[in-house]
Amino acid sequence: MRILRWLGLAALAVAVGGSAQAATVKVGVVLPFSGANADLGHQIDKAFDLYVKLHAKDIAPHKIEIIKRDEGPPTGAVAKRVTTELITNDKVQLVTGFVFSPSAIALAPVVTQAKIPMIIANAGTAWITNLSPYIVRLSFSMWHPAYPMGAYAYDKVGCKTAAMAYTDFPPGKDSTEAFKTGFEKAGGKITLSVPMGSPVQVPDFTPFLQRVKDAHPDCLYAFIPSGAHATGLMKAYGELGLRKAGIKLIGPMDLIPDNKLQDMGDAAIGTIVMGHYAVDLDSSANKKFKEEWHKAYGADSYPDFMSAAGWDTMHAIFDTINKLKGDLSNGMTVVNALKGWSAVGPRGPVTIDPATRDIVQNEHAMEVYRKPDGKLGERILDTVKNVKDECKVLKVGRCGK
Amino acid sequence: MPQYANIAVSILFDGLAYAMFLFITSVGLSVTMGLMNFVNLAHGAFAMIGGYIVVSLTRSYGVGFIPSLIIAAVTVALISVRFERRLYRRFYRATDLEQVLLTIGLAFMAIATFTYFYGPIPKSVPLPDWLQGSVNFGFRSFPAYRVFMIAVGVGLIAVLWYAIERTNIGAMIRAAVDNRRMAESVGINVDRLFTLTFALGSGLAALGGGLAIQLLGLNPNFALLYLVLFLIVVAVGGLGSLKGTLLAALVLGIIDTGGKYLLADAGGFFIYAVTVIVLLIKPAGFYGRE
Amino acid sequence: MAVSEKAIAHRTADARARAADYLLKRHRFRPAEALPWLLAIAAYFLFPDRMTFGNQALIMVMFALSLDLILGYAGIVSLGHAAFFGIGAYTVGLLIARLGWSEPLSSLVAAAAIAGLAGFVTGWFILRYRGLTVIMLTLATAIMLQEAGNLRSDISGGYDGLPGLVISPLFGVFDYDLYGHVNYLYVLGVLAVVFYVARRIVYSPFGQALTGIRENVRRMHAIGSPVHWRLVTIYTISAAIAGIAGALFTQTNAYVTLTVFEFDNSAKVMVMLILGGTGRLYGAFIGAVVYMVLEDHLSKLSPTFWQFGIGLVLILAVLFAPRGLAGLAEDIVRRARLWRGATTRRLAFRREDWNAVIVSALDGAAVGFIAGFAVNFRQTDLIAEYITSLPGQALLFACLGAAVAAGVNALYLALTRRVVVEGPAP
Repeated sequence: MRILRWLGLAALAVAVGGSAQAATVKVGVVLPFSGANADLGHQIDKAFDLYVKLHAKDIAPHKIEIIKRDEGPPTGAVAKRVTTELITNDKVQLVTGFVFSPSAIALAPVVTQAKIPMIIANAGTAWITNLSPYIVRLSFSMWHPAYPMGAYAYDKVGCKTAAMAYTDFPPGKDSTEAFKTGFEKAGGKITLSVPMGSPVQVPDFTPFLQRVKDAHPDCLYAFIPSGAHATGLMKAYGELGLRKAGIKLIGPMDLIPDNKLQDMGDAAIGTIVMGHYAVDLDSSANKKFKEEWHKAYGADSYPDFMSAAGWDTMHAIFDTINKLKGDLSNGMTVVNALKGWSAVGPRGPVTIDPATRDIVQNEHAMEVYRKPDGKLGERILDTVKNVKDECKVLKVGRCGK
Repeated sequence: MPQYANIAVSILFDGLAYAMFLFITSVGLSVTMGLMNFVNLAHGAFAMIGGYIVVSLTRSYGVGFIPSLIIAAVTVALISVRFERRLYRRFYRATDLEQVLLTIGLAFMAIATFTYFYGPIPKSVPLPDWLQGSVNFGFRSFPAYRVFMIAVGVGLIAVLWYAIERTNIGAMIRAAVDNRRMAESVGINVDRLFTLTFALGSGLAALGGGLAIQLLGLNPNFALLYLVLFLIVVAVGGLGSLKGTLLAALVLGIIDTGGKYLLADAGGFFIYAVTVIVLLIKPAGFYGRE
Repeated sequence: MAVSEKAIAHRTADARARAADYLLKRHRFRPAEALPWLLAIAAYFLFPDRMTFGNQALIMVMFALSLDLILGYAGIVSLGHAAFFGIGAYTVGLLIARLGWSEPLSSLVAAAAIAGLAGFVTGWFILRYRGLTVIMLTLATAIMLQEAGNLRSDISGGYDGLPGLVISPLFGVFDYDLYGHVNYLYVLGVLAVVFYVARRIVYSPFGQALTGIRENVRRMHAIGSPVHWRLVTIYTISAAIAGIAGALFTQTNAYVTLTVFEFDNSAKVMVMLILGGTGRLYGAFIGAVVYMVLEDHLSKLSPTFWQFGIGLVLILAVLFAPRGLAGLAEDIVRRARLWRGATTRRLAFRREDWNAVIVSALDGAAVGFIAGFAVNFRQTDLIAEYITSLPGQALLFACLGAAVAAGVNALYLALTRRVVVEGPAP
């Protein structure tokens, strides 16, 4: 239905534009629409839809046709199957989406072989972009927020010692490793490191946090997937009275996804996160983005950092269509067109680093507070400008390959 | 208080609260499987539905948390009667495998339906103030919500124990679990008895689902996500045994919490290791019939 | 007296001969058996762009087949069969990533050996028990393997897995193409070999003994059959085949993560097998392919709500094909044979049948009515495009619900009420 409607819209645009060289660009969107992580997929999908709805006319006389597929569970297998078929059967010219890192990793050889650009709108394992010259990432790597957080926590938040608690899967390990690197470089000391169960089920967080409480660090750096885990962690943090015990909660923005922040209550107040997006980010681009979002999805629906990346992803695709005049048949040309792409999106200024095909963006240190209208919001404390993926700069592990 | 005593108290207390959640949600499944030999993999779906009723009532209609829990349990119990009468009943004589297919199909449909209406974003509930703070017991303070969970659990155990051990209906249930044919031949209407226990079990699952939102969050996949956990409690406790389910919930809850606290690296390991060890020694569970 | 004794003796001899004849014939190749293989080859030419899907479907067929050997033939219910699939998958992955051994066929053998060994060891402990105990022990084994893998993610690669596995060309000649054509033929070839082995096992005296154990364990013990060893043997074989399926999974994906051990994987293969029909070998084919095709189509139709369709199909399957789709086909054939030359009669609908239909219509109407209102709350434009009034919509949904529920129930009753009154003895 939706595809039909877009086609109609695009057709209208063509009729108005009336150019001779109208091309239809086929884009495959692969996101988890079902399963335990479906809400992550939907946050990005909504941003895609919104961008296409508002900007379909910008690429006239060309049209965009979007084919959506379910990314399935984070095994890589389903994503590999549906994406390969998007390429072989539906003949898409580029693929985008990809919430889970395993999907992107499994697909790297496929897109290399097929010479189809793969534009990642979320998957955050740092070394993914090294796997194929056809991968471009518009979202972030785990190192983007976590590494600068290390120095910031030591210098500004006043953490001399810190405990790390993380969901026991690669993004969690990446994020804590990045934080540790930055934190120790600044002079801090990690006193405890607690893995907190699988990303599939939300565990009872209490025993993990109780252990942190008993260790009495200055700060707790936590990483959890931004789905149901985030709410659970915040509730346990509040219940156990860690803040009262003098243990500050810090972490990447996954800790307080904007669409769940209002549910978190008083426990979240005072949490300091490093992130590239917050609903309360004060910029005209973000204001407009928010406005359109609420208009389309209602006042109770909030965009979050994933939606912001989704918006920029679609923006980059549209710009590329214009730049290449609708001819996206050569994958390498598309990737080259994306290298150095820059724009001002909801996140602020973003650029694609031509060397690594990864994003360069501002990271903001933000504190949760209660706004005068009674809702929770984020206050920008500080901004680190033009942050690159430090993992590749420092050549840590696989990032160096 | 010395450090190790403090740790022990933490583990026992948190483990107890977790055990109560396990017990409340699993006990219905245990009775269903013990009494009718019916494998109900849609049990988690009833818990999920209960959770969503609580979410809707508290958020959209401003009903208090406690009344919502009760309404959710009663509503789900009533809905489950309908399901039992119309659908499940046909499959009591069917093989386990057919029952698995039927109930997993129902769970899939429940997940899709609730995704349709509520979306996939995890929900949470607003709690009354008195459940948010902590309760001071003199030597230490504990999170109020966990104290509340333990209180609800203990209360339910007392009621269930009385109902099963001291009432006529309870005696009939025990008779039917022990020997169904014999119970039928002395005139017990096992079908009706089962409808009753099924409704009770589903209602309790709904209550457990409502209580768990604060702990684990709630999204439609709740229906299958924690099913393995419930099955483990049932198997370790022994089919159809109230005592067994309680003991299993306590052992697994406390060991799981302790494992996560003391050896977080291998945290997920313990609950399964205990399951294997218990089942190798006592294949029918703590109080199951061999 | 004498005559009747003679007649009895004659009849017994006759029955014996027929039984022997049946036993001799039943393992012979029947022409109908060629059908799935011909279809698989036809698919290669008909859907050249869909071979990645075809690959994964064939791998699931093999996985389901391995489960059928223990579930369908020996009656061992396992909810942890993904353990062996995963062991096979990781054997191949680790051989390439850590030892650089990338030859595909020899790594299949290695995967089968290691998975089989794991099956032997765990089976030796687990198969002393039955029922729920076995289910939980197998389930716990699979999850513990996954946890162990995560604990040593320096070896296993954790949930990000082992990326970039490069498999050597098949027979040193055929390299793997994007369209998965080589892979498809490779998997199909391996499946054919595995299937032949499984078929031989099932129709051997050993296979008969397994069926005996499934049907009546006590009697098998009583006649001195080494029950435990037979179960362990078939469990080992089944584990080895699951290992091969897992190995092919890694080879065709060139990637493996810890999620292969997931409970979902074990549960899904079981659902596929039950859907297709247990204890039939070809049930694995039908179940896995039908499930995969359904999942693929429904998730393209609606990436978000496709599970509803799958759930509905499973429920309908239980209602109308309780012995699986393969069983349904057999039933139809058998009934057609039975009814040929026999007098059959459909039992008239009795009062309570009509009551059941009416009640289900009311149920359907109630569900439809609520759904009609509820759907509107979500303001789905799909509905709003056609119907504008809310009560009208609810009413329409109620009518639809009533019609569907009553129809399904009446059909169910009608199908289960036909009996043979007189005719040739079955």
